[in-house]
Amino acid sequence: MSTTVTRPDESEVTAPEKSGRTSAGIRRALPAAAILIAIGLIWEAVSHWFGVPNYVLPSLDSIWSIGVSSWSGTLASATWVTTEEVLLGFLLSIVVALVVAFALHSSRVVRNAVYPLLIGSQAVPVVVIAPVLAIIFGYTITPKLIVVTLICFFPIVVNTIDGLASVDPELLRVMRTLDGNRWATLRRVEAPAALPSIFSGLRIAATYAPIGAVFGEYAGSQNGLGYVMIQAIPQLETALVFAAIFILTAEAILLFIAVSVAERIICPWAREGKR
Amino acid sequence: MAGTSGTPAAKGVPLQSDAYPGAPGAGGTSPADTGDSGTPAASGTGIRLSGVARQFGPVVAVSGVDLEVPLHSRLAIVGPSGCGKSTLLALICGLDEPNEGTIDVLGATTSADRLRRCAWMPQRDLLLPWRDVLGNAALALENQGVRRRTARQRVGHLVERFGLAGFEEKLPYQLSGGMRQRVSFLRTLVAGKEVLLLDEPFGALDSITRADLQEWLRTALDAEPRTTVLVTHDVEEALLIGERVVVMSARPGRIRAQFEVHLPHAGSRRELIRHPEFAELRDEILSLLEAVT
Repeated sequence: MSTTVTRPDESEVTAPEKSGRTSAGIRRALPAAAILIAIGLIWEAVSHWFGVPNYVLPSLDSIWSIGVSSWSGTLASATWVTTEEVLLGFLLSIVVALVVAFALHSSRVVRNAVYPLLIGSQAVPVVVIAPVLAIIFGYTITPKLIVVTLICFFPIVVNTIDGLASVDPELLRVMRTLDGNRWATLRRVEAPAALPSIFSGLRIAATYAPIGAVFGEYAGSQNGLGYVMIQAIPQLETALVFAAIFILTAEAILLFIAVSVAERIICPWAREGKR
Repeated sequence: MAGTSGTPAAKGVPLQSDAYPGAPGAGGTSPADTGDSGTPAASGTGIRLSGVARQFGPVVAVSGVDLEVPLHSRLAIVGPSGCGKSTLLALICGLDEPNEGTIDVLGATTSADRLRRCAWMPQRDLLLPWRDVLGNAALALENQGVRRRTARQRVGHLVERFGLAGFEEKLPYQLSGGMRQRVSFLRTLVAGKEVLLLDEPFGALDSITRADLQEWLRTALDAEPRTTVLVTHDVEEALLIGERVVVMSARPGRIRAQFEVHLPHAGSRRELIRHPEFAELRDEILSLLEAVT
């Protein structure tokens, strides 16, 4: 309990440090950059000096040059198509997951009825279901969105439900004495309290979303990064495959960062006591 | 720890001494009875418990409790830990139902009706970390259907009396423990309930802050009397705030003794503690508590 008393002193201490925030940010990014550079160097060394054929492990510079040369022809439009699938699928999975989670939270009957179904949905092999969806919906964006949602919604649902249930029971009792009915409690206490957990789920989902989009494209598509890979692999254009992979990776990282930034803006209080 | 916790407490003191001269002024604007606060003017029953028992499985938490709290008077309940003090408050509040006996709070006997009449403040402040001071304090008003901005404005007028002026938009983590507890208390009062149930409200605070808040609560309740039940294990706190003190025995909790507290109302906390009758009562209750445990 004494920690709550000491808090104001901490905030006084951290306040004047704000000017040094950018340099602190650089310092925090340094280890990641160092590791990336090290991996890059080893990669280059292996591909150039150890006689590894280019179709097995293309060198980074060849990946870069094919990325640049085929950017305007194929990669740019493929990236756009995949990005659209990733973003729309991610948004769809957020909506679906939040609706499901709040429904499960507010009714024990619904929870008992639907939770096993949800867990079962995660056992469905997406690799198998994706072609079936492609048969049903054709080469449209719909089967991709469904695959992305299928992969992404589960971590969001689980984290949201945990977050909604994490509220201190005594606080719920206080709400009752403060004339808070079920709806007021959900809206003013449980939902805000669940936000940090929801964002944890979103961060996991953000890294899954590009995989889902590629799965969807593998099952049947006319464009997209997954489509580029299907075309490139039989022709042993491994460098192009890696270029597509790097774009996907960047997309996942950017989505992850976007979610983290949104979390900082939407629930700044949650950062207190976290490093 | 003592050094760090001392700072906010020391900050709290001038805030409060500022609030004291302000309090009679505030009493002047609303027709509060600062003049006749010597005795609880209103008569009639506030809370009445008869033959109340509550058990959780095989554990009997309280049994055979008869209690009466007159309207606008203050009762303090002391007892060893685990004697069912908190259970008793939850029962009065309507958060729980007794297995036996009846509870009457201003005519309300069902738990839903009791909930409507009672405000309850637990030991931990339990503020919402995402709401600032005004937002936390206005919670009950918003629950009652008042619009957010109106609710904040209404609460804003009270902030100064609670020594929170200038902190309206601070989040809970930016406040000291004493201030958080005062926000929690403000939130409880704003609900506008006739009955105030305090469950060790200052138990989580360091002794300096606690002494501060005890004196402050006493003054606040003198200015604006409410039917109050305070649960504590601190005998001094019970004597400072209660007009009557009830001693409970260890589990199963029963009422062992009742004491009337007749102390000068105007005195400061330090004067009261030095008062011979205070010392006498404190010794008597302490020895009774030793016998009871």
